[in-house]
Amino acid sequence: MSRQFNMRSLILSTGTTIILPLLLLFSLFLLLRGHNEPGGGFIGGLVAAAAIALKLFADDYPSAKALLRVHPLQLVGIGLALAALSSLPSLLVGDNFFTAQWWTLPLPIFGDLKLSTPLIFDIGVFLGVIGTVLTVIFTLVEAEH
Amino acid sequence: MLNVVLSIFLLACIAPHLYRLLGKHTGLVLALLPATLFIYFASQLSAVSQGQPLLQSWPWFPGLGIQLSFMLDGLSLLFALLITGIGTFILCYAGQYLQGHPALGRFFLFLLSFMGAMLGLVLSDNLITLFVFWELTTVSSFMLIGFNHEDSESRQKAHQGLMVTVLGGLALMTGLIMLGMAAGSYQLSDVLQQDLTGHSLYLPMLILILLGAFTKSAQTPFHFWLPNAMAAPTPVSAYLHSATMVKAGVYLLARLQPSLGGSEVWLLTLSAVGALTMLTGIFLASRATGIKKVLAYSTVMALGTLTMLLGLGTEKAALAAVTFLLAHALYKGALFMIAGILDHEAGIKDFEKASGLRKLMPRTTLVAVVAALSLAGVIPLFGFVGKELLLEAVLSGSQWQLGLTAATVLANIFVVLVAALLAIKPWFGQALPTPKPAHDPGWQMLAGPAVLATLGLIFGLLPMLPDQYLLNAAATAVYGQPISGYLALWHGINLPLMLSLGSLVLGLLLFRFWQPWRKLTAVVETLSKAGPEAGYNKLMAALVSFAAWQTRVLQNGYLRNYLLTTMATVVLLVGWAMLRLEHFELNWQFSDVRVQEAVIFLVLLTTIISAVVLNSFLGVVALLGALGFAVALIYVFFSAVDVGITQVLVETITVLLLVLVLYRLPEFRRLSSTAHRARDALIAIASGTVITLLILLVTASRSMEGIAGYFLEKSVPEGYGRNVVNVILVDFRALDTLGEIFVLALVAIGVYAMVHLRTGAKPVTNADKRLTAEQKRQQSVKGEL
Amino acid sequence: MTTLMAILIGCLYAAAIYMMLRRSMVKLLIGLILLSNAANLLIFTVAGLERGVPPLIAKGAETVVGGSADPLAQALILTAIVIGFGVLAFAVVLLHRAYEVIRTDDMNEMKGTD
Repeated sequence: MSRQFNMRSLILSTGTTIILPLLLLFSLFLLLRGHNEPGGGFIGGLVAAAAIALKLFADDYPSAKALLRVHPLQLVGIGLALAALSSLPSLLVGDNFFTAQWWTLPLPIFGDLKLSTPLIFDIGVFLGVIGTVLTVIFTLVEAEH
Repeated sequence: MLNVVLSIFLLACIAPHLYRLLGKHTGLVLALLPATLFIYFASQLSAVSQGQPLLQSWPWFPGLGIQLSFMLDGLSLLFALLITGIGTFILCYAGQYLQGHPALGRFFLFLLSFMGAMLGLVLSDNLITLFVFWELTTVSSFMLIGFNHEDSESRQKAHQGLMVTVLGGLALMTGLIMLGMAAGSYQLSDVLQQDLTGHSLYLPMLILILLGAFTKSAQTPFHFWLPNAMAAPTPVSAYLHSATMVKAGVYLLARLQPSLGGSEVWLLTLSAVGALTMLTGIFLASRATGIKKVLAYSTVMALGTLTMLLGLGTEKAALAAVTFLLAHALYKGALFMIAGILDHEAGIKDFEKASGLRKLMPRTTLVAVVAALSLAGVIPLFGFVGKELLLEAVLSGSQWQLGLTAATVLANIFVVLVAALLAIKPWFGQALPTPKPAHDPGWQMLAGPAVLATLGLIFGLLPMLPDQYLLNAAATAVYGQPISGYLALWHGINLPLMLSLGSLVLGLLLFRFWQPWRKLTAVVETLSKAGPEAGYNKLMAALVSFAAWQTRVLQNGYLRNYLLTTMATVVLLVGWAMLRLEHFELNWQFSDVRVQEAVIFLVLLTTIISAVVLNSFLGVVALLGALGFAVALIYVFFSAVDVGITQVLVETITVLLLVLVLYRLPEFRRLSSTAHRARDALIAIASGTVITLLILLVTASRSMEGIAGYFLEKSVPEGYGRNVVNVILVDFRALDTLGEIFVLALVAIGVYAMVHLRTGAKPVTNADKRLTAEQKRQQSVKGEL
Repeated sequence: MTTLMAILIGCLYAAAIYMMLRRSMVKLLIGLILLSNAANLLIFTVAGLERGVPPLIAKGAETVVGGSADPLAQALILTAIVIGFGVLAFAVVLLHRAYEVIRTDDMNEMKGTD
């Protein structure tokens, strides 16, 4: 497998360098707009994971790993924790378990920022999906070495 | 009463620890609890005898109408007193009998659990609680019979007892549920108010309940397990198999008599089975030589007698049943403990080797003689009172009185023989050398039989004592109406007395010719090879080989065989259901197909067929990619934007994954034969056809409005989101989604662990070794799929 | 179109089951992929096929105007796709490991080894 990665294509590599930040940004965009337009945690997470996988194919495993900074399993854990924790605020307010809570934060320049537990939950899904997909891919690549 | 039952279980839990603390005095200390409870129950005597049953109830599963409720009436009280009273002596006795046994702590645990279960059983006022305690007695008695678990015979016998009683228990459970349904309540006190003999479920529930009661109380043909249960230590036999557990079945019959009794079936079945058991039991007892065996078979006889009396169902019979039950518990408990004393202090287990111990064990002799006289029914002991009532009840009974009377008298002759064996054989005559130097036991072991035998004498002399306070109330509970009869020692010279005297004389004559009698009936030995026990053994062997066979066939370890069976079953069942449909209307129309959809359809069809027939792995992966994208297009065509996007992304990553891993796998090989391929293709095509028909059927007849409207309506006002799919995922059904990402996390952890956490340094070589062994085996097993 | 979809799904099921009945584990895997696609399409079709009415609510509106595809079925399929991917990934890695250890993808030879 490593043999395959060595056959690096300059065009792909350069193209990836340019396109990667855009893809990651796009995945965040998909995540955040998901509540109103097509998108959401699952789709955003898949796009982000695919972007990092692209980096893996275009460059090599270490650089893809470096891009992520943390181990993908940690992302899974954080995602799961966020999703699970988003169920708790409702209990503090006295609602039923997992009832959505919405808060509005007034920001000076951007106007009102709407925060909610579904958003936290969706971010959890997002991280969970990225983590899982990348864990599988990274693990397989590592197994080849 | 909940506290009563709980306290015993609690003590059972700490008994092993207490044993470590207290050593050989544990038995005496533990006996304090049942003694206290005995006093508690005794203090209820006057209230209960005035016809005020004590009722207590706690909600247990309120949703199911199951309550932890207890009832103390005459019948329960009789049993509760026997259980706690005899239990007290048994604990004292066992402490000495099993002194120094390494597992004595465990023994106390089992014995006390049994005591608690038995008390719970007789106190239960709820059918379900009753059944739970019933099964607890089964389990704890299994532990007790198999107490010497290092002995394979002991294990086997425990197993036999368990199988027989558990199978009966299953039948009983079904029967009790039917009973509860028929009565409209699971509360015994409600059930007993109703006469259910006319109910449409009467016959099935009666059969099931009787099956449970007959197995537990060792009625013919299930009588064989009881003598085998003598593998247990003697205190257990004395407790379980004389006074308590085997009487659970009788208790149940007595308890349910007001509701279920009185019908022709009840009368016929119970009297016939009871009489048959009575005769079988006592006949086998007259032939056995092992002391415990003789006692066990005579217990079978007593249980048969009780069943017969309950079958008669008259006022006299009810009184006779409870009197006989009390008398039997008193003398049989004593006699079993004496059998244990003979074994423990003289090493004697067999009548043939025992003789002339009277001088060495004078006190034991006295107790044994008194107890045995009660068994024989000699005036003025309590056994005599019981026997008189028995004969009276049978004589004044039903249309079969002649037959039943003859059977009872015949049985009584043999009972006298057995009593004479017990009263005379070991004690009198010429002294024989004993395996151990014989002597009287310590007071802990003798106290029990002595007290029980003395009670037999006191109750015989003053029968109004138990009658007034206990037996009348118990008989009332059995009969369902107040009882007018009373107990007396002397009824004058009448037919029962004459019959009783006659059987006494004949019995003693038979005792004189005991050995010739045994020789004469030796033919039974060969007959018993075809008896119920042989049938049981054959059944068990057949069950085991059936289990082995079906495991070989059904759990053969080949995934595809499971799949094949599953799919074939689905096809057959669903196909059958479809054939039986009245309106077979299919959604069959092509007019609404658009061009681009038709193209996608053709592309997909081609892809599917190629994926099946293509023989190159990379080719198939490419085809799967194409298939995935085409499916995504279908989603997009039909208004599922989010799903389409997800499908495209997942498909991309899937192809990537397959390429990453699978390019180093071998090319496709043809592994299956053409015949197998044809068979698989047939099943596959049939399944596909069924699915297609199913979809066409379902979509043609959609009658109910879906719940989609709710989500569309509430998405903006309550979820503040305009993408309804996403609102469902993260808000309305967020808990489901949380479950999904848990699954994803599990996948991630599993994948990581599979590759990174390798146990053992050389997994490959080990697996290779196993592989070669496996290959050899595979080569030898030919003709499999 | 429902009729056409029904035929298509039937074919997918047939192909999936046939592939899963093969002795090769790789083919089993392919069968698994086909099966999950088939199941998703089955739910999708039975929930009702609607053209051009995605369950998206216009800005400022309270609810969809003039009908919409079933959002619940879509949400269900969306997660099913992702879960299906998870199962597939697990199976792929399992196959990878199994092949590394026992050097065969024939499930007859795998039986009995662990």
